[in-house]
Amino acid sequence: MTNITKFAQRLGNIPPLVNAIFTLWIPAVWISCLLAMVIFADLLPLYDPFESDFTALKVRGSPEFWLGTDVLGRDIFSRIIYGSRTSLTVGFFAPVCGMLIGLFLGIVSGYYRGRLESLVVGLIDIILAFPNIVLAMCILFFAGASIVNLIIVLSITSIPANTRIARASTLTYAKRDFVLAARAQGASHLRILWREILPNIILPQMAYILSFMSIIIMIEGSLAFLGVGVPPPTPTLGGMIAQGFPDINTDPHITFLPALFLFLTVLSLNLIGDQLRSRVAVRESAI
Amino acid sequence: MAGLLLEVVSLVTSLATKSGKLNAVDEVSFKIDRGQSFGIVGESGSGKSVLSRTIIRVHAENRIVSTKGEIIFEGRNLLSLPEKEMRKIRGREIAMVFQNPMSSLNPVKKIGEQIVEVLIQKLGLSRTDSRYRAIELMNSMGIAESEKQLSNYPMNLSGGMRQRIAIAIAMAPEPKLLIADEPTTALDVTIQGQILNLLQEQTNKFNTAIILISHNLGVISRYTDRVAVMYSGQFVEESATAELMKNPMMPYTSALMRSVPDLTSPPHTKLRAIDGMPPSLLETPQGCRFQERCQGVRDKCFSEMPEIILNGGDHRYRCWYPLEN
Repeated sequence: MTNITKFAQRLGNIPPLVNAIFTLWIPAVWISCLLAMVIFADLLPLYDPFESDFTALKVRGSPEFWLGTDVLGRDIFSRIIYGSRTSLTVGFFAPVCGMLIGLFLGIVSGYYRGRLESLVVGLIDIILAFPNIVLAMCILFFAGASIVNLIIVLSITSIPANTRIARASTLTYAKRDFVLAARAQGASHLRILWREILPNIILPQMAYILSFMSIIIMIEGSLAFLGVGVPPPTPTLGGMIAQGFPDINTDPHITFLPALFLFLTVLSLNLIGDQLRSRVAVRESAI
Repeated sequence: MAGLLLEVVSLVTSLATKSGKLNAVDEVSFKIDRGQSFGIVGESGSGKSVLSRTIIRVHAENRIVSTKGEIIFEGRNLLSLPEKEMRKIRGREIAMVFQNPMSSLNPVKKIGEQIVEVLIQKLGLSRTDSRYRAIELMNSMGIAESEKQLSNYPMNLSGGMRQRIAIAIAMAPEPKLLIADEPTTALDVTIQGQILNLLQEQTNKFNTAIILISHNLGVISRYTDRVAVMYSGQFVEESATAELMKNPMMPYTSALMRSVPDLTSPPHTKLRAIDGMPPSLLETPQGCRFQERCQGVRDKCFSEMPEIILNGGDHRYRCWYPLEN
């Protein structure tokens, strides 16, 4: 007991700068490097992610193949970069689409209330009644798996949380005096939504979205692992993990390296999201 | 100078609450001339704020409200005006200053942006012109380093400063009527005087009529020409401020005056609060609404509601047995 308390005390005394380095700057650098590599992947001296080298199957890290090769002799580093491209594309667009729709539904239902609100809340409850992955699998199974379909499906799954957050913050802000003051100045409802309420709720929503991106990337990985994600040979992190899985006893690097990338990326997004959220919260509390 | 600006005729504002419908404003009538300052005093829940918000038809939290009576502003009945027309009057001709400057400015928008927005929207100025005008306005509100303040957020300013900004925003279009709903209640006493002086100065400058709502008789007596005392949704007494302070006719008014601490009384004098609570608006008693707390109550007070009557000049009160002074 005392040991735990001591440990907690020591944790509590981390200097702010060190804290900021580990929870904001390192993750930010990781995400930026990954983003840069993903965007400029075609210009980098990488191996073709689709090309097999049958003289070098399941190689571990070597000067030639930095992170080794997979079962089919394809360069793992190159596949991780191209796989991250798929994961990040889905992980960016799905939450952003979901946020836009959710923001709209949330603001409108939280501001106008009444029947519209009941309808939106009911709709959200219905979407939430389906388990995320099962819903995504069903839709992808019938609509066919492609990046676009994946984005659509995953944005649907991110609508409920976004709507709830937007609605909750709209409810609190709509009651504040500055909304009343704006109306007393003759502002229309539309103007109030756009100029008074939206600027207040957009920042927390964006901070939330960063954490949500990591969830979407995980779901995308899970779907790929389950075989309903983007079809092979397009590399995805989840797909690579799935493909290396049978050889996990003999060649663990084929599974673990993409898993490590996925882990670090998701962790970084979460940390940055948390930091942003706490910074926004500080500004809010000063009001 | 003179001339009728606003006439409220037997206004009734009903709110729908969970436990039933109540009349937050009950048969209220009064007139305000151009440039006049009209005070409304009453305790919490007496309907002061609802009355002021009924005039500009902006109510908090979409409470379902039905209104009866007339609010004639420059010949137009505001209660029957379409919402679109009403929007043009709000801010431009009737402006409002709220009680709490901590929450009446948008926390995420810069001060400059909030003033400039109103100037562009209400006066049709260009962006550069409205920036100059904003600085000018802030200077006349007694805000130091106003140019620097433009890029500040409300949270960087003190309560008094924020209320000055709110007044600047309200007075920018030079409205004909300013409704100040307890503008100094959230501020500390030293700032209160400054803000009230500023309000007086500004309204005098543009010949703007002001409805000053307060629960502080001291404030009302100093800054208004006429005053109405509100109790339980009704006006119970109304007259020129000096006359009311000298000759209160309704026992409630005099009780209110007695419950203000007096600096000349000896130390440890007990404050004479009014006993009891105002009646619930959901089940108002038959007869006078002040019956339970009145010291001069008689049988008639329990059976019949006194009408608000005119006594000679323009001193109106609602009481069967007015005080003899």
